[in-house]
Amino acid sequence: MSGLKAHFPVLLVVVPLLTAPLLALIRQKQVARALALLSALATAVIGWGLVIAAREQVEPLSYHLGGWPPPIGIEYVVSQASAFVVAIVSSIAALGLLLGTRETRKEVTEGQQHLYYAAYLLCLAGLLGMAITGDAFNVFVFLEISSLSTYSLVAMGNRRRAFSAAFNYLILGTIGGTFVLIGIGLLYQVTGTLNVQDIAHRVQELEDVAPDSHNLTLLVAFVFMIVGLGLKLAVFPLHQWLPGAYAEAPAAVSAFLAGTATKVIYFQLLRTTVVFFGAAHVFGALRFGTHVLMPLSIAGMFIGSIAAIYQPTLKRMLAYSSVGQVGYLTLALSFGTEAGVQAGLLHLGAHAVTKAGLFCVVAAIVAGVGSNRIQRLNGLGKRMPIVAFAFVLGGVGLIGVPGTSGFVSKWALLQAAFASEHYLVAGLVLLSSLVAVVYVWRIVEVMYFQAPPVDEKTTHDNLAMVPALILLGASVLFGLFPDQVVELAADAAHQLFLEPGSLPPLPTGGHG
Amino acid sequence: MTLATHWHYWVVIALMMTGLHIVIARRNYVKKLMGLSIFQVSVIMLYVTMGKVAGGTAPVYVMEGEGHDAVPNLDVVYSNPVPHVLMLTAIVVGIATMALGLALVVRIKESYGTVEDDVVIEKDRAEEESLES
Repeated sequence: MSGLKAHFPVLLVVVPLLTAPLLALIRQKQVARALALLSALATAVIGWGLVIAAREQVEPLSYHLGGWPPPIGIEYVVSQASAFVVAIVSSIAALGLLLGTRETRKEVTEGQQHLYYAAYLLCLAGLLGMAITGDAFNVFVFLEISSLSTYSLVAMGNRRRAFSAAFNYLILGTIGGTFVLIGIGLLYQVTGTLNVQDIAHRVQELEDVAPDSHNLTLLVAFVFMIVGLGLKLAVFPLHQWLPGAYAEAPAAVSAFLAGTATKVIYFQLLRTTVVFFGAAHVFGALRFGTHVLMPLSIAGMFIGSIAAIYQPTLKRMLAYSSVGQVGYLTLALSFGTEAGVQAGLLHLGAHAVTKAGLFCVVAAIVAGVGSNRIQRLNGLGKRMPIVAFAFVLGGVGLIGVPGTSGFVSKWALLQAAFASEHYLVAGLVLLSSLVAVVYVWRIVEVMYFQAPPVDEKTTHDNLAMVPALILLGASVLFGLFPDQVVELAADAAHQLFLEPGSLPPLPTGGHG
Repeated sequence: MTLATHWHYWVVIALMMTGLHIVIARRNYVKKLMGLSIFQVSVIMLYVTMGKVAGGTAPVYVMEGEGHDAVPNLDVVYSNPVPHVLMLTAIVVGIATMALGLALVVRIKESYGTVEDDVVIEKDRAEEESLES
């Protein structure tokens, strides 16, 4: 890597971070829109560039901020996994802005649109930074940057309920973020360092010295970080904020959040369990996977999906379905194996693309029918054939029908379950997919088997369908030709599981 | 761990629990935000006490000698400045959260006419029922 390309890891964060205040100053919604889109597209290009760069290397790429070498300086780490997450997040962000070009004009108050774009880019910068940074405190800072801008994005919804949804999200999100901060603080107290690799190395040393006795401070740090991340990830039973936030946010924001926010947090959860505290310790001695994460994941899978059946609006239905899908993500991690993490990364990609696509379709439906209440969708198959078809395509992706990305990831999940001999769990995964059939079928029935209303007018918003079709097309493409991505996920999981300690331990750390 | 030598942890824990209790138990949005602020401050205290090294002085070199010949005395024990620096960022985050939270409360008050959690939930439910029928 040379020239500009050598600075891709930092540009990934700097480009959206610097464009955001510029947009707030410009106050010109046309210019702001164009600049935001340009910036997000540039970020997406950088994201995919990092994937290519990471694929060429065996070791993760390390970028030293300001030339200060780690572990004292802040390091950005481009591993296979972080590059994968970053590429997905930045691409979905760009597509969400493409959708926003039509939709936000109606949903966001006139005169606030430049601020909407600014908050959107800040959120993007936070999410990307969180995924790529190799510094534990940086994780917290980027987490809060993305969270704070998310709260304001949710509050820009056009109903007053958006305010109370955003407020609830703010309370719970801040508690989650602060828990993560406590966890990082306790980790620092034990290890005297903030660099992810260095922490991993030192925790490993502590565990090697006394493998049977639990270091209580480490255990408490672990619990704080897991509960904090669990809150932000909406792991059952910490999911209360999610349905309100996704349902009340502007449509483009729902699409963006559903595809990105929980995915980046999931990557943090992977790093916390596998890298920070060591997979052998967390899943072996602590039995965190089988005794804590697995029951909660299974409960989330069923309760989220069952709750989705009874929701009055499409957005709320998709939000509860997300709670169920987070269950699959954490279930994949709970096996504590490389195959499980591979399945988790695959499901991360599959669900991000599918759910973001579905929320884009909902945006087109809202533009056409003027509402996303399910009772008003009757006969949509005749009124808006392409839109209805796209929704069904996304729906079968959620179920995991062969030929969609959902199938590839669920297949990997089942393989991981069989490999670690959790046969009952594999059965439950299949059973919960049947619940998904029920909530998707409920919409299909309303759209295709009920007569359209006679007097109602539908407006067609074809531009809103562009990002939806790109995302759902990507889902089908990945479902039909999964080899490359499966290989990438396998390599990424392998890299995460490698022994920590590519860095020499710091000789004179802090004395916390 | 005894109360006498680790009393600062008990201060942190007391503040933390007070804050969390207020956030969960109070129905008033402004009071919830106050609780959240107390909770965040407790974490700042945790970090700040973490940086103290027993017998350590402020982390600024104690110089020996005069003018340009002065050299730092490396035998002096210094406190760890890193946790304090980290907390500067956490304080900024806390202020931003509080400002955004209060701004949201203002908008809730304008559109619902109340800042009580149960009243807001009740109004939302009534609105939902009117849409159902």
